[in-house]
Amino acid sequence: MSPALLDLRIIAGYALREAVRRKVLVVVVVLTAGFLVLYAFGTSEAFKEVSRSNVASAAGIEEKVLTGSTLLGLAMFVTLFLGTVLAVFVTLNAVRGDAERGLLQPLVVRPVGRSTLLLGRFLAASVVCVMYVQFVYWAAVLLTGATGGYWPDNPVFGGLSLAAAVTIVVALALLGTTLLSSTANGIAIFMVFGAGLAAGLIGQIGSALGSHTLERISSIAAWALPFEALYQDGLHALTADVVGVTGVIVRLGPFGGAQDAGPWLYPFALAYLVAAGLLADRVFRRADL
Amino acid sequence: MPDALHAVGLRKVYRAAVALDGVDLRVAPGELVGLLGPNGAGKSTLTKIACGLARPTCGHVEVLGRPAGSTAARARTGYLAELFRFPGWATAEELLELHQRLARSTGGAAERAKLLARVGLGEAAQRRVEAMSKGMQQRLGIAQALVGDPALVLLDEPTSALDPAGRRTVRELLEGLRGRGVAVLLNSHLLSEVELVCDRVVIIDRGRVVAQGTPQELAAPGGVEIETATGTRTYPDARRADVPDLVGQLVAAGERIYGVRVVTGTLEDAYLGLVGENAR
Repeated sequence: MSPALLDLRIIAGYALREAVRRKVLVVVVVLTAGFLVLYAFGTSEAFKEVSRSNVASAAGIEEKVLTGSTLLGLAMFVTLFLGTVLAVFVTLNAVRGDAERGLLQPLVVRPVGRSTLLLGRFLAASVVCVMYVQFVYWAAVLLTGATGGYWPDNPVFGGLSLAAAVTIVVALALLGTTLLSSTANGIAIFMVFGAGLAAGLIGQIGSALGSHTLERISSIAAWALPFEALYQDGLHALTADVVGVTGVIVRLGPFGGAQDAGPWLYPFALAYLVAAGLLADRVFRRADL
Repeated sequence: MPDALHAVGLRKVYRAAVALDGVDLRVAPGELVGLLGPNGAGKSTLTKIACGLARPTCGHVEVLGRPAGSTAARARTGYLAELFRFPGWATAEELLELHQRLARSTGGAAERAKLLARVGLGEAAQRRVEAMSKGMQQRLGIAQALVGDPALVLLDEPTSALDPAGRRTVRELLEGLRGRGVAVLLNSHLLSEVELVCDRVVIIDRGRVVAQGTPQELAAPGGVEIETATGTRTYPDARRADVPDLVGQLVAAGERIYGVRVVTGTLEDAYLGLVGENAR
């Protein structure tokens, strides 16, 4: 193995151990367990309630699909939110925070380069966050299917979109940590995350109202913050094959994924990721510690 | 053989503040050099540039013939920062193992055990950093700086959190390093310590080197005191070489001499004389 790859493995391993041993992971595990229990209970009750009512069927709506896709959309939103919380906490101090506390300097003076150090931390944080969102997402898919018999059209694509979205959040959080102190970075990432979600909701409203202006604003914001576009694309894929009145209602709902991002989203997201990484690397390499 | 550290015309400006203003400095292989100066004099900045944590605004620094901060230079440098922390979740053993891997040391468990024993932490190998006192963490920091047998060790206030026994351990450790031909740049406020162990002292003030030499060279002469039957006579400007003439003159004048003392100044006197009010 080349020295650079070996260094990368050492740093990623160190960051992974740090993530596992810090108490934040315990908090996330407890919150996640709480969410999944509530989700299982809520989903079960929702499907029972819908099966007792015939109003929706009378209107030509497939109530199981409507309920299942809306609940799964909600689960995707919560999964991305929890993934973002984890991404922020795992990367919170990675550069500026650790440098201010004196944790970074003993590592940086070793032959391992700053770029390797940053890349190692990115890989470790991405692995932790992607594994986490996959676990929560697939747990939600299985719970929705087990309790209500609803299975989305394209669950694999939904999971991939979430993985890509949280990876973008990790990259942004790492870029933030090269520029801002821990608290400022945490606040900034949550505000960016909130801005992305607000843009998504504006897009949903624009779609419902047929407002091209709102849709355009949402589209620009979603591409500027591609984790939002990826999340919307994943939502869209879950219900892509739902047609008729049910399809219209599902897509106009808050968790419906009305926006189809098109084929350029993934190449753009990759380019965005690389650009954020290069910028973070440049800032870190020039920083006096 | 190239110098362990060689800085030429080193200047560092942080926004409007000049931290270093044309510093020239050499540390020979195996030499133990003390870096003294008041707070804000530029000592830490100098060590940070030497180990690649900061970039000079202008000037040039080489470590063992390689540009400071380069991978080759960092591979042969050990560094202990003035303000450092280690992850609380790691044990002493785990931390040293991490640094061994990063320093590409092949010393393995034997090196870790040797380093921990050398800093008096032989019994604390499995103790987590968060369960260690500040002094123990300082010792662990020193052990960390010595991982991989570096040829140049940069120590920024290594004894700041240590008790007298710990300071003695560090002194012995420094002498051991010198014995093995390791160059050390010791940044410290403890003048007595620097005076005891360092081959050479560099005093820096407002980013400039204001004096350098052996502790004996820097310690200013303090005159001559001669005890006679009529009392002690003091000659503040006299030196050791003047003693025979002074004694001769007094004897010729009929005085009886009971004792002669050549008063030597301390490094502290010299230091305070050079940096003046900045040191207070």
